[in-house]
Amino acid sequence: MKQSLFEHRHRAQWEQFSLLLDRLERDGKADGADNFPADYRRICQHLALARERGYSSFLIDSLQQQVLRGHQQLYRHRSQLTGLVLGFVLAGFPRLVREQWRFVLASSLLFFGSLIAFAGLVYVFPDLVYNLIPAAQVSEMHTMYDPDAGHLGRSMERAASEDWAMFGYYILHNIGIAFQTFASGLLFGLGSAFFLIFNGLMIGAVAGHLTYIGYGQSFWSFVVGHSAFELTAIALAGAAGLQLGWALIAPGRLPRAEALRLTAHKSVLLICGVMLFLLIAAFIEAYWSSMTTPGPLIKYLVGAALWVLVAAYLLFAGRTHHAPE
Amino acid sequence: MLDTTALPRKATLPPPLDTRYQVETPEGMDLPLRPAGLMVRALAFAIDLALRGLILGLLFIALAMLGKLGAGLGSILLFGVSWWYMVLFEVFNQGRSPGKQWMGLRVIQDDGSPVGWSASLLRNLLRFVDMLPFGYFLGAISCLQHPNFKRLGDLAAGTLVIYRDQPLTRPQLPLAPPCRSPFALTLNEQRAILGFAERQAGLSDARVNELASILARPLQVPPPRAVAELNGIAHGLLGPP
Repeated sequence: MKQSLFEHRHRAQWEQFSLLLDRLERDGKADGADNFPADYRRICQHLALARERGYSSFLIDSLQQQVLRGHQQLYRHRSQLTGLVLGFVLAGFPRLVREQWRFVLASSLLFFGSLIAFAGLVYVFPDLVYNLIPAAQVSEMHTMYDPDAGHLGRSMERAASEDWAMFGYYILHNIGIAFQTFASGLLFGLGSAFFLIFNGLMIGAVAGHLTYIGYGQSFWSFVVGHSAFELTAIALAGAAGLQLGWALIAPGRLPRAEALRLTAHKSVLLICGVMLFLLIAAFIEAYWSSMTTPGPLIKYLVGAALWVLVAAYLLFAGRTHHAPE
Repeated sequence: MLDTTALPRKATLPPPLDTRYQVETPEGMDLPLRPAGLMVRALAFAIDLALRGLILGLLFIALAMLGKLGAGLGSILLFGVSWWYMVLFEVFNQGRSPGKQWMGLRVIQDDGSPVGWSASLLRNLLRFVDMLPFGYFLGAISCLQHPNFKRLGDLAAGTLVIYRDQPLTRPQLPLAPPCRSPFALTLNEQRAILGFAERQAGLSDARVNELASILARPLQVPPPRAVAELNGIAHGLLGPP
């Protein structure tokens, strides 16, 4: 069949398909899309014919464009986002954490290990804190957690709008740290290990120092609430980063690029859970931790309850298969 | 007289030296995609960066009037714009951030399907590593050495930045009376002759004559007649309109 005849016969179909594609690309759905797969396959067939019969480049290229656009629409990811998110929060995330327990353990050891060890060291040798944190920042911390000042956290009397400001600040700052800890894992895990240890040392230094100078009560009652979510989240972000690095170090039987690609798609899910944890942490830190009315005892109790909650969630949620997927 | 050593007719041509990337769809179609190189991607990123700066600047001026509440909203906005700007545009705007749209680029998955949430989030989170130690150093190295110009984030996420297809306009074939080729044409030869006719409007006369005269001998016509002869064969292949 000559090209002109072929074009003449099918042009109407192509134009119709192109209009359908336009609508699908603009709105995501369109009337008459029920026959889309069949239409798409017919265009594929026309393209194959055109190639096989050696028709001109213009015809083949324009059919190719239509096939590519159709391919994009037919193989688009369509999923029920709310259902997915719910299933992930209720079961998927804790399952994933348990599945990756080796990396979670390694990352927790790096992070909490350096935190506790350095806190102990600073408590015993108080001058060590100045090796890590500049003196100006240390004195700033003193004013923040001074038990006589009657306020907690980073500022003076905090109005509701102040809480908002801190909420935003915590989101920006903490999720930024978590993202960095994760992403730098691509450098064979070294970046994640660095950020885990570095943040562990910083937090440990602050904790040890404030406890040593007698501000322990105000410091610990401030941090105990949100730390359950915040510290766990940093450790999990580190675990996701270490996982990336490990895929490059020990790819198993796959090529490195392939191993990285497969692992990365799992670890990014961990990061989604980490973001959720950090949002909760920022909320608690801005609105509950900064309150001064509840006594330290209540704060400790609530804090302990939150730690137990996080641990129970990560350990037990999603174990039964009745859980909504 | 231009003397050319034409390849023997049955010889297979070496694969063309170009950057095209073939995707095979489940329907068995090979779709050629054109990955975008470092320069055009850097330009697209620069446009996005400038745009983000502009958005943040304007919003901060507006939020500065709101005091502390504004500061909180400002931090959340800064977070959103710095980490989510690319992701949201890529997922909701068919893989095109404004900079990419401007430069005619888009992001897709390796298999040719549109980029999804996890791939887009991944490639944009890992941007942090691409920027190390300064000014996209690692990203540029990775992009320059990879056959499909992937930076590290693209490697991990399995994504690809390609040129978008521009809509084609039907080329005008030069008029000539249709005729038959003096010998049977292979498919490639047929496409080459049609391509010659379709692209003629964009070539200079001298070049057109030079190209056509290569084929004068096999067509058994004097070189000045070769162009008309080739156009005639092209019309003959197309058939009557």
